[in-house]
Amino acid sequence: MRITCPICGARDSREFSYRGAALALQRPAPDAGDDAWADYVHLRENPAGDTRELWYHEGGCGAWIVVTRNTVTHEVRSAELAAEVAR
Amino acid sequence: MRVNGKGLIDRSAPVGFTFDGVRYDGFEGDTVASALLANDIRLVGRSFKYHRPRGVLTAGSEEPNALITVGRGAEAEPNTRATVQEVFEGLEAVSQNRWPSLGLDLMAVNDLAAPFLGAGFYYKTFMWPRAFWEKLYEPVIRRAAGLGALSGLPNTDRYERAWAHCDLLVIGAGPAGLMAALVAARAGLDVILADEDARMGGRLLAETHAVAGKPGHGWVAEVLAELSSMENVRLMPRTTVTGAYDGGTYGALERVGHHRPRDDARRPRECFWRIVTRRAILCAGAIERPVAFRNNDRPGVMTAGAVRAYLNRWGVAPGRTVTVFGNNDDAHRTARDLVAAGVHVAAVIDSRPGVTLEGFRVISGAEVCNASGAKALESITIRHQGREEKIATDCLAMSGGWNPSVHLTCHMNGRPTWAGDILSFVPSPGAIPGMDVAGACNGAFSTAACLREGAEAALRAAEALGKRAAMPDLPLAEDDPYRIAPLWHVPGKGRAWLDFQNDVTVKDVKQAAVENFRSVEHMKRYTTQGMATDQGKNSNVAALAVLADATGRGIPETGTTTFRPPYVPVSIAAMGAGAEGPGFAPQRFTTSHKAATERGAPMIEAGLWYRPSYFPAPGETTWRQACDREVAMVRNAVGICDVSTLGKIDIQGPDAAQLLDFVYTNTFSTLAQGRVRYGLMLREDGFVMDDGTTARLGEQHYVMTTTTAAAGLVMKHLEFVHQCLRPDWDLSMISVTEAWAQFAVAGPKSRELLNGLLDQPIDDATWPFMSCGKIAVQGIEGRLFRISFSGEHAYEIAVPARYGDSLFRLLVARAEGMGGGLYGMEALNVLRIEKGHITHAEIHGRTTAFDIGMGRMVSQKKDCIGKTMSERPGLMDPERERLVGLRPVGAVRQILAGAHLFNEGDAAVRVNDQGYVTSTCFSPTLGDTLALAFLKRGPERYGEKVRMVDHARGVETLCEVVNPVFFDPEGGRVRG
Ligand SMILES: [Zn+2]
Repeated sequence: MRITCPICGARDSREFSYRGAALALQRPAPDAGDDAWADYVHLRENPAGDTRELWYHEGGCGAWIVVTRNTVTHEVRSAELAAEVAR
Repeated sequence: MRVNGKGLIDRSAPVGFTFDGVRYDGFEGDTVASALLANDIRLVGRSFKYHRPRGVLTAGSEEPNALITVGRGAEAEPNTRATVQEVFEGLEAVSQNRWPSLGLDLMAVNDLAAPFLGAGFYYKTFMWPRAFWEKLYEPVIRRAAGLGALSGLPNTDRYERAWAHCDLLVIGAGPAGLMAALVAARAGLDVILADEDARMGGRLLAETHAVAGKPGHGWVAEVLAELSSMENVRLMPRTTVTGAYDGGTYGALERVGHHRPRDDARRPRECFWRIVTRRAILCAGAIERPVAFRNNDRPGVMTAGAVRAYLNRWGVAPGRTVTVFGNNDDAHRTARDLVAAGVHVAAVIDSRPGVTLEGFRVISGAEVCNASGAKALESITIRHQGREEKIATDCLAMSGGWNPSVHLTCHMNGRPTWAGDILSFVPSPGAIPGMDVAGACNGAFSTAACLREGAEAALRAAEALGKRAAMPDLPLAEDDPYRIAPLWHVPGKGRAWLDFQNDVTVKDVKQAAVENFRSVEHMKRYTTQGMATDQGKNSNVAALAVLADATGRGIPETGTTTFRPPYVPVSIAAMGAGAEGPGFAPQRFTTSHKAATERGAPMIEAGLWYRPSYFPAPGETTWRQACDREVAMVRNAVGICDVSTLGKIDIQGPDAAQLLDFVYTNTFSTLAQGRVRYGLMLREDGFVMDDGTTARLGEQHYVMTTTTAAAGLVMKHLEFVHQCLRPDWDLSMISVTEAWAQFAVAGPKSRELLNGLLDQPIDDATWPFMSCGKIAVQGIEGRLFRISFSGEHAYEIAVPARYGDSLFRLLVARAEGMGGGLYGMEALNVLRIEKGHITHAEIHGRTTAFDIGMGRMVSQKKDCIGKTMSERPGLMDPERERLVGLRPVGAVRQILAGAHLFNEGDAAVRVNDQGYVTSTCFSPTLGDTLALAFLKRGPERYGEKVRMVDHARGVETLCEVVNPVFFDPEGGRVRG
């Protein structure tokens, strides 16, 4: 599998480490309540199809990247800098 | 038998080799298979299960029978296909799976026991009694059924792994692949052309067709000459593309050293390539399938295309009186080429009625129904118009048609499509993103069609990559139609073989259907059809046809089994090349590594780092003696320890303080410049992630210290928090772990030591506990931190890494002059346990700030990562297992990490569990065993007694629960 780092270009997936759903970008407010926090920390979708997830270019530039990937075809549809998505 | 005037071998270069100890001659360009056939060796192996005599069946990597072991001792390579192994001077090959010899194989009694060893015999016969399986059945079966044996010695050969990148990967260098590579290369694409054969050209080397008015191999030579001259082309012969993966990545195995003697150059045996390409064209050709009839596995029965290949490419006639049997026009070529070369063809048996041919006897509408001859074919029996006739022959060339090599197109879950006109499967379009298919593997069997499809696929690739390419004038080549009628097996008595390598017969497949293993995947596992090292390349389609027939379905409805990489066996040595021994993981060494090893310090691994365990002194015989001495040294004088492995993250910017407040439970924005603070970091789920000290070097400049183990994790975490959660904050950070050499100077004489070394002396007023700042040693600028992990008056001094070795030696010399010296990880651990300081033995991922007694460090004035979740009621429950100290109170003084705790009087069973021990040591300072543990309501139970029970090691110790700070609980020494 290959991921196109927006900074470094197309690289083998071995250079990256995986974190999980890009939901991690949407941190609730401290007072958002138990349900919101439980969802944020523990609940994840498991879609057959497109999924947005966070990868860290650990063996490269150190960028966190939001990768849109299809879990059925393994196609990597897009890779964006998380810092820009989060803004 | 060699045929004069035929073949592409170099007759001026004879080569001697041995097979089962007998010397034979071959020529440069021969494979072991062609050279053995040239020497009239027919019997080359024994079958897997029944030990039936077997000969060469094919001329390619799909060979199921002719498996040999090449070389001896540690260099032995079992299960080498004789059809792929090139001969070279001195090559030693031996046959496999026979005892005591190939000619007399006593294990052939299995063949007589065949009625009991049919499909499913494992499941039926050996189920019961259970103990018999392990002790009797399995060892016996394993000895009797098998392939080549491993040497049992460590592999002394070298293997490699490598990456390659290109615009276009062309897989296979037959007419389609050569044409594709040529067109693409002329258009300027960066091309890799990979072919598993030693010599490129594919079937053009095995046929007599003319291409562009020249012999096929002549046209091949011209194309290769042009490709070789182009800088944008890389030719990779002896390279089998083994798998297609995501993102245009392909696996490939290059046989670098197998075709020549081992020499001093230490050339690798194999190289496992990962090829990343923008486009690929599969030109893998096709594999001919046998016809199943009684005893069709006799040595001398071969595929028709293989017989032609041995004749035309290697100048070998595999028999003196050859018969041909087939259901398609292509088989006739074998007869024609043999006759043209002067080899006698006794008969051509065509299953289709109404076939007439000139030049030899043709028996149309007939079938071969038996083959005879013990270790070599002597005759065949044909059935024609209800009568049987025996024909003497020593070689039968059979063809059940050709199967396109669709394998790679199915590696990403694609399924091939049934093509009724060629009675086989063809690739489904778009099965692998970026891969095109051309030529025989696409069901286009004529040379002209291969050339055309290759060129067209290259044009599509060029266009997709934005290059202009022109359709060349295609060379003139044969364009014969391929006509075929169904013929999968010839009915009759006896065993008709489908999978030669796993000894699966037509009857086995029918039996599977009878027992309701009707799904092709079930049939495969029940019969082991296609599960051998050849993965059923010759036999799967015919087996499917038999299953379809037995279950009353069509072949497309029956479907195929799943094709998985690798296409051919890949040695683990190649896939794991370079990863054994020190190559298994990177090794990180501190700047003091050399000095420490000079002193004989045994190293222990801490993540990727190597750290000294202890420093043995003369007269010491155990690690404990060294450890006790080192601890006493720190407590009474001064010790030196390299702490450079701790993670150091330099954080700068206007929002640096804000980030630290957000990732630590406590506050760092209020930390004064020139001061250090201990910090605790949580995961977002509220559990402790890491701890360490952070120093404020300037208004906008901090240096964070992490534990050695969590350095990478914390760096990643900080980058996550910054980039993903607070992207607007203005700061940047970088790991400086390797930029600084940092040494702990610990003990009551630490300041005295430093003052003899630093350019400017320090005192308690300017350098109080938890202060930090710049210093200089002999003019070299460094940093000094007054921090302590040992509980003593201590410092950590840091200099740029290039001065590490020299500063270390200076520090050690001075310490030793003051009654101190070096201490290692063992002493470091004792010192910190004596002080109740935690490590990742305590913050192991399931403990909270509350559990380790640091609940109050979670600031109530601000938000931080993990704060909300750490306040869940379950995580603040006083009943939780919380950090305590333990000391033995009974006769047994041993406390063991990992042991569990129970109340006195309770049975030591799970439901009564009160907690567990995390760290333990013998304290020379206090003269007793100490331990850190987690105990339910721990801090409320000081003075109580608990039982430590180690079920695994059978130790029980009565302990007293105490404050985890065993030594100097007031902390007076650290302020010194
Ligand atoms: Zn990058």
